[in-house]
Amino acid sequence: MANNKSVFFNPLSKDNPVLVQILGICSVLAVTVKLEPAVVMGLSVIAVLAFSNVIISLIRNTIPTNIRIIVQLVVVAGLVVIVSELLKAYAYDVSKQLSVFIGLIITNCILMGRLEAFAMANRPWPSFLDGVGNGIGYTIILVIVAFFRELLGSGTLFGFQVVPQCFYEAGYANNGLMILPPMALIVVACIIWVHRSFNKDLQDK
Amino acid sequence: MNKQGNAYTLIYIVVLVVLVGAALAFTSISLKDRQQANADADKMRQILASVNITPANAADIISDYNTYITDSYIINEAGEKVDGDLKAFDVNVALQVKEPADKRLMPVYVCTLADGAVKYILPMYGAGLWGPIWGYISVDADGSTVYGAYFAHQGETPGLGAEIEKPAFSSQFIGKQLIKNGEFLPVAVVKAGQKPAGDEDYVDAISGATITSKGVGSMTDVCLTPYANFLKGLAAK
Repeated sequence: MANNKSVFFNPLSKDNPVLVQILGICSVLAVTVKLEPAVVMGLSVIAVLAFSNVIISLIRNTIPTNIRIIVQLVVVAGLVVIVSELLKAYAYDVSKQLSVFIGLIITNCILMGRLEAFAMANRPWPSFLDGVGNGIGYTIILVIVAFFRELLGSGTLFGFQVVPQCFYEAGYANNGLMILPPMALIVVACIIWVHRSFNKDLQDK
Repeated sequence: MNKQGNAYTLIYIVVLVVLVGAALAFTSISLKDRQQANADADKMRQILASVNITPANAADIISDYNTYITDSYIINEAGEKVDGDLKAFDVNVALQVKEPADKRLMPVYVCTLADGAVKYILPMYGAGLWGPIWGYISVDADGSTVYGAYFAHQGETPGLGAEIEKPAFSSQFIGKQLIKNGEFLPVAVVKAGQKPAGDEDYVDAISGATITSKGVGSMTDVCLTPYANFLKGLAAK
């Protein structure tokens, strides 16, 4: 069980897919303008990652080696379309905000990375934990970035006004740059900087 | 059986694709009604937004729509009602704007406000910088004065082109005249501080979003001009 524990907890910090493996950056840039879509995107990735890991792990011994990437893609694409359809049916507003980015989970490198590196070689239960762990690791970063971008860019959190009106009257202005993608990259870089400074073993010599 | 052989590989992929395909078909069919209901409710919300009505919560949209939108019909370029089974709500404006003006089916939504005032809501559809933009514009019973406008977009740049959906932009249209001296002139969108060549009414474009702003301008032109006869007919009443 000690092994399962590390499978689940490592991706949260020491082996975080965004901070350490630098995967899935593109969607971090795109969906972190507001917190709500960021959270939904995170949950969608957790769901797709966990289930595709389990499915691939279950059939890993039957997959012909030469088409294994195609098989992984078919499974991931199928799951992503199902998630996208579910969102359209039950969370229409959010699915409109996320627009193409739910579909682009298919191309999220975290998915192919985990399937290829973990699910193809491990049993379903550890694979499930690995999927959930990596999904949460990704979601944490998404939420942190979205928190700063929404707070500084729009003065709101989850759509509720947080920065009081008297600030604006005193001359405070929302930072328009925060809404644009480049700031997401800079925020991610700052998070990586802080993260590395606490984890000396991750620093390059 | 040899798991690396061609026959196994072929059979494997065929079975997998059929299974995944079946799962997707099942999801799509079982969720279709709900998705359509969501899309319809969203369209109703946008139509109401053009007459400055914002339903308090999602559950109120349909009842508000049924309260305020008292009639809807399809007209042609001559301003005559087109009879048929097709409902105005189901007209795909995106496809209709590609037709030449004299063949277009153009929906009109009639809104009766709480004080009894009648407004006519006209849909629009055009292209922004990154993708489609669309909107609704509501006109007073005189056929000329703009009562309200609503714009939306699929993927314009946040902070720039995406500003067209904010009231700061759309409220500029309120009070503009579409008919001047008996001539129909759609509202122009021009750079702040400038004036259009003709004497039509105009609103300020969004700085830094030239293409999206031009898209809005050409959208009002392309989509509203065919309504000219209908609106002049209202003015004559």
